[in-house]
Amino acid sequence: MTVAHEANIDIKKGSSSLLHNLAFRGVAYQVLLAAAIVLLAYLLYQNVNANLEKQRIATGFDFLNETSGFDIGETLIEYDSEDSYGRALLVGIMNTLSVAACGIVLATILGTIMGIARVSRNWLASILASGYVEICRNVPVVLHVIFWASVIRNLPSPKQALSPMEGVFLANRGFIFPVPEPNPAYTWVWVALAAGLVLAFGFNYWAQKHREKTGKYIATLWPCMGIVIGLPLAAWLVQGAPLVWSVPELKGFNFRGGASLTPEFIALLIGITFYTGAFIAEIVRAGIQSVPVGQIEASRALGIRRGFIMRYITFPQALRVIVPPTTSQYLSLTKNSSLGVLIGYPDLVNVGNTTLNQTGQAVEAIAVMMAVYLGISLTISLGMNIYNRIVAIKER
Amino acid sequence: MPGARKTRKKNETGETIITLEGVSKWFGDFQALRDINLTVDKGERVVVCGPSGSGKSTMIRCINRLENHQRGRIVVDGIELTDNLKNIEAVRREVGMVFQSFNLFPHMRVIDNLALAPMLVRQMPKKDAEEMALGYLRRVQIEEQAYKYPGQLSGGQQQRVAIARSLCMQPRIMLFDEPTSALDPEMIKEVLDVMVELAEDGMTMVVVTHEMGFARTVANRVIFMDDAEIVEIAPPETFFSKPKSDRTKLFLSQILTH
Repeated sequence: MTVAHEANIDIKKGSSSLLHNLAFRGVAYQVLLAAAIVLLAYLLYQNVNANLEKQRIATGFDFLNETSGFDIGETLIEYDSEDSYGRALLVGIMNTLSVAACGIVLATILGTIMGIARVSRNWLASILASGYVEICRNVPVVLHVIFWASVIRNLPSPKQALSPMEGVFLANRGFIFPVPEPNPAYTWVWVALAAGLVLAFGFNYWAQKHREKTGKYIATLWPCMGIVIGLPLAAWLVQGAPLVWSVPELKGFNFRGGASLTPEFIALLIGITFYTGAFIAEIVRAGIQSVPVGQIEASRALGIRRGFIMRYITFPQALRVIVPPTTSQYLSLTKNSSLGVLIGYPDLVNVGNTTLNQTGQAVEAIAVMMAVYLGISLTISLGMNIYNRIVAIKER
Repeated sequence: MPGARKTRKKNETGETIITLEGVSKWFGDFQALRDINLTVDKGERVVVCGPSGSGKSTMIRCINRLENHQRGRIVVDGIELTDNLKNIEAVRREVGMVFQSFNLFPHMRVIDNLALAPMLVRQMPKKDAEEMALGYLRRVQIEEQAYKYPGQLSGGQQQRVAIARSLCMQPRIMLFDEPTSALDPEMIKEVLDVMVELAEDGMTMVVVTHEMGFARTVANRVIFMDDAEIVEIAPPETFFSKPKSDRTKLFLSQILTH
């Protein structure tokens, strides 16, 4: 800008006050906000401390080592009322993890099948899947859980238990089924199963390489199934096929022997699985439909078979749409498992509440529960983010 | 269908390779094709033009069964298109198609786009398929882009890749559905050049396009379609200078006067 130019323009001088400086204002607001938050946190802390002292409630996490004095109906690790609160909470965590893990696997399978069925050209399958989705996702998950809990509670008593097969019972005590008695030979069966899995992966890899080299397609599904099932079977036969079933029998008012799933576990699992499965079905449907029709037309015009189109064209492109929202569903399923507290499933919240009531240390008990859920959720997120990075396809 | 092909003499002129007899098609109540009769000879180049919605795309999409016809017969390379999946697959192996919107697979590199179908459909070893892919990319003068993703290429380059991808299946017929309509003007020529070269090599081509220059120089016959039916079929010289139908005249006056 030239001097002459400047002379022609009448510049109005504004205020030179710092308060009208944009940069200064930006910083000032942030400092004020930070100060307010710190002050609020301090006041809260003071208040809690003062109140706890007034009511003579201890603080800190020492209670975790004290004897809990309560029993838990369903435990994956050894536990009795002589054990500590810490161990009780661990039992709760294990129960939460087991129902959430089963739920995630089942909801994924159910959701994928229903999602594919919804876009299928089979009218009946599509209608059934739509019905499932609309019913299950429009009913609060609490009702799902309570509904299944009451269904199971209304099953016949053990004496009149439904028995679809010899030794298998469905009663208001849960689902009771025979299991093989433990036997040292089974260690080798497990080892053989692991070896079979490794071999199956190796075979798959080899088949793919072979195909790239010669162009010959080798079906891997049946050979792989053969290896995975056959090896443990062989290991079992070689050791003389030891098998003693522990068959449940009615003794008095309940069953002895066998293994069982408790009514609470089944109800919670079915409830959260059906609910989340409906959302996953919609996600899968959206993912498949997000692939442009032109992609499929181009593949068909090239003469590629329908199964291959799904595997090489549709699925890879759908997966990147499916994975991120599915992660959210896994997280909400895990957190929804805390509804177990409503129907008496001893999950983390259930055990945590009992602990809270007995010790009165609400802040610490809640903190433990929050930390555990946060930990589980972050772990799921991390795992799914890594998976997402693997399937996220490169486009440029 | 190698067995079917052996019985026929190769490169015989005047040999019919596509036959449409009384083909009709409806989308719901809307009739998209009305009693279409057309034969295309081996090595012939046919350009299809007409106003939008006249059924040109639908007609060529029936030739490789991306759309099914409801009445009449379609025979391609001696194979009749019916609901028989084997027939459909056999026809699709012989017929390549290029789309207006390219439809390259965005998640695969250019070379993988080209090698995929030969590997899956023709059971070709990966190394051979890639070698062939590079050969066709060289032919459409785009070999240096082989290891990029489609999204990194310009429209004209993408369409040339799409043509090369079809050629990798070594088709006997190529269908083009408005191959230059989605391109910027300066990219149209590079695609048309490839198509002209293909025509010179003797490929049987059915091309839906509004590029009248291409029709004039390359086509053996020009077909004008309007309102779901074929209005006029003529060699380009007569088609452009002495169109018979008034509808053709109107159409030509609309697209040639600017």
